[in-house]
Amino acid sequence: MRPALELFWKAMMARTYPRVAWMFRHRTWLIQETLLPMLSVIALANVYRWMHAPVQYIGIVILGAAMTAFWLNVLWSLGAHLYWERDSGNLELYILCPAPMMGILAGMALGGLTMTIVRAAAIVTTGVLLFDVPLEPTSWWLLGLIFLLTMVSLYGLGMMFASVFLLFGREAWHTVNLLQEPIYLMTGMNFPLVALEKMTHWAIPAAALLIPLTAGMDAMRQVLFRSEGFLNLWYEVPLLGVMSVGFILLAKRFLDVLERKAKEEGKLTVKWQ
Amino acid sequence: MSELALRTDALGRTYRKARKRWWKRTDPAASKEFVALDGVSLEVKPGELFGLLGPNGAGKTTLIKILTTLLAPSSGRAWVDGLDVVADAKALRPFINMVSGGESSGYGILSVRENLWLFSRIYGVANAVINQRIDAMLAVVDLADKANSRVSHLSTGQRQKMNFCRGFITDPKVLFLDEPTLGLDVTAARNIRKFVKEWIAEKPGRTMLLTTHYMAEADELCDRLAIIDKGKLLACDTPANLKRQVQQHSIFELSHTPGSGGLIEVAGLPGVHQATTTETPTSIELKVLLREESAIGGVVQQVVQSGGRILTLKKVEPTLEDVFIELVGHGLNA
Ligand SMILES: Nc1ncnc2c1ncn2[C@@H]1O[C@H](COP(=O)(O)OP(=O)(O)O)[C@@H](O)[C@H]1O
Ligand SMILES: [Mg+2]
Repeated sequence: MRPALELFWKAMMARTYPRVAWMFRHRTWLIQETLLPMLSVIALANVYRWMHAPVQYIGIVILGAAMTAFWLNVLWSLGAHLYWERDSGNLELYILCPAPMMGILAGMALGGLTMTIVRAAAIVTTGVLLFDVPLEPTSWWLLGLIFLLTMVSLYGLGMMFASVFLLFGREAWHTVNLLQEPIYLMTGMNFPLVALEKMTHWAIPAAALLIPLTAGMDAMRQVLFRSEGFLNLWYEVPLLGVMSVGFILLAKRFLDVLERKAKEEGKLTVKWQ
Repeated sequence: MSELALRTDALGRTYRKARKRWWKRTDPAASKEFVALDGVSLEVKPGELFGLLGPNGAGKTTLIKILTTLLAPSSGRAWVDGLDVVADAKALRPFINMVSGGESSGYGILSVRENLWLFSRIYGVANAVINQRIDAMLAVVDLADKANSRVSHLSTGQRQKMNFCRGFITDPKVLFLDEPTLGLDVTAARNIRKFVKEWIAEKPGRTMLLTTHYMAEADELCDRLAIIDKGKLLACDTPANLKRQVQQHSIFELSHTPGSGGLIEVAGLPGVHQATTTETPTSIELKVLLREESAIGGVVQQVVQSGGRILTLKKVEPTLEDVFIELVGHGLNA
C-alpha cells in the first residue's frame, strides 16, 4: 500500500476502535439499541396490518425504521462528534498527528455505522420473523449496491455536518435537529415517497432527494417490494453515486476550512493553561 | 537554517478576546486584542534540552502550539527541523509530538494500553513495535499495573502519566512537553525528569522543548533556557550563565516573626539591592540581595528594631528565581 493510503487506513481503523469497544463494553446498549426500536416498529406495523394494508406496506415501514436509524446516528452522533473530541482535547492530537483528518472522520463514521448496523439488523429481523415480510428483491446485488451508496453518501453528509457544526457552533446543530420531524416526513420514513408527491407537490419529495436517505429508501423499496418509486431507479442510483462523491469532497473542504479557522482563532481546544 | 532544530524569528501571536464569527463582520474596535507572544526570536540546536520558563500566562503554551502547527502565528515565522510550521505543517507532523501536563485527552472506555495504541497508530507505528514501546514507557512512569485498566477508572495523575507516555511512543525527533510534571507527586516528577534526560542522551539528534514554571526543574533539566514574561523573551542562556547575572550579590534568607507595625521595610537600607518578602502562616520569609555582604547587619537591625524576632538566617546560592526577580521585578508566583 502507498504510505499515505496506509496511514489513512490505520487512522480510520484506530478511530473506529473506541466505538466498537464501547458497543461490547456497555451492557445496556444491546437492549437500548435493539429492543426499544423494535417496539415502535411492531406498533406501527400492527396499525397497517389492522388496516388490512398490503404486506409491502409493513415492509416499507420496517425498511424506513431500519434506514432512519442510520440517519439518526449521522445526525446525533457523528454530527456532534468533533465537538466532543475538541472538548476532551483529542481533536488537537488528531490535528497534530501525520494521519489525515479525513481518516479520523471516516473512522468515526465507520464506528457509528457498525453500531447502527446491529440496530438496523434487529429491526429487519423483527419484521421478517413477526410480520412475514417477503424478502424477494429483484436483485440482491442491486440492493447491496444501493445500500452501500446510501451509506457512503449518508455518512459523507455526516462527516460534513461534523465540521460544519463545529465551525458554526451549537446553533447550527440545533437548527438541523429542529428539522428532525419534517425530515421524517419528507424522506418518507413510514410511507412511500410517491404518497407524499400525491398529497403535496412533487417539489417536496424532489427537495428531499438531497438527503441521501430519501433516494436510498425509495430505490431500495423499488428493488425489494417492486413498489412504485418517486423517481426511476436508474436515476436514483447515479444520483446516490454523485452524492457519495460530492458529500465526501465537501466534508474534506469544510474540514480544511475548519482547521484553518481554528488555528487562526486559537479554537482547536477549549482550554489553555 | 537546517542545522537548527528550532528557530523562531520575531514570532508574535495576538488573541481576540471578543467572540468573533468569521461569517459575520464585527466592529474591529469592539474586539479587544491581546498580545500573548511578542517578537520572540529563539534558536535551539539539535540535541538540546531547551526550557521555557515563565509564570502562568507568559505565553509558553502559545509558543508551543505555534511550533507544533496547532496555532497560526500572527506575525513572524518559525521553523522546526528546518520546516516552516505554517507552510510545511504536513511535512513536519511525522517528526514531532507534544504532551501537555493539564490535558484530559484519551477515551475513558478504553484501557491505557488501547489508548496508547490508538494514538500511535495515527502516526503509522507498526503493531509489532507498539506493545514493546508501551510496556517500556509504562514501566518508566510506574503505570505497568494499570496497563489494562480503563482510563475512566484512573486518577488525574495516572491519566497524565499515560499521556506522557503517548509523546514518546511515536519516537519523535522533536518533542514538546508543556508542563509535564504539573501536579504530579514528588517521586513521579523525579522519575519523569530522570527519564527525560536519558531520552535526550540516548539518541543524538533528539531535541526537546520543555516548559515549566518550576524553577528547580528548569535548572536541573535544561541545557539552555529562555525566560519569558508577558509574551516577551527576557533572557536566554544556560542556567549557570543566567545565575551568574546575580552572582555579584550576596543572597540571604531570613525568616522572622511579624513586626509590631506589620511588614518590615528593608528595601531602602544601604547596600540592599533587592528584597522580597513572602508571608507564611507562621512567619515572614525575607530574601535580600546585597551589594556587599556587610549590609546584612543593617537588615537584621531593622528587623529587630521593628519588633520582629529572627527565626533563622542563612546565606544561599543564587537560584533561577533570583534571576527571574532581577529581570521581571517580581517573583514567579506573585
Ligand atoms: N485561545 C485563546 N484565546 C484567548 N486568549 C488566550 C487563548 N490562549 C491563551 N490565551 C491567553 O494568552 C496568554 C498566554 O497564555 P499561555 O500561552 O497559555 O500561557 P502559559 O502557557 O505561559 O501559561 C494568557 O493570558 C491566556 O489567557
Ligand atoms: Mg501553559
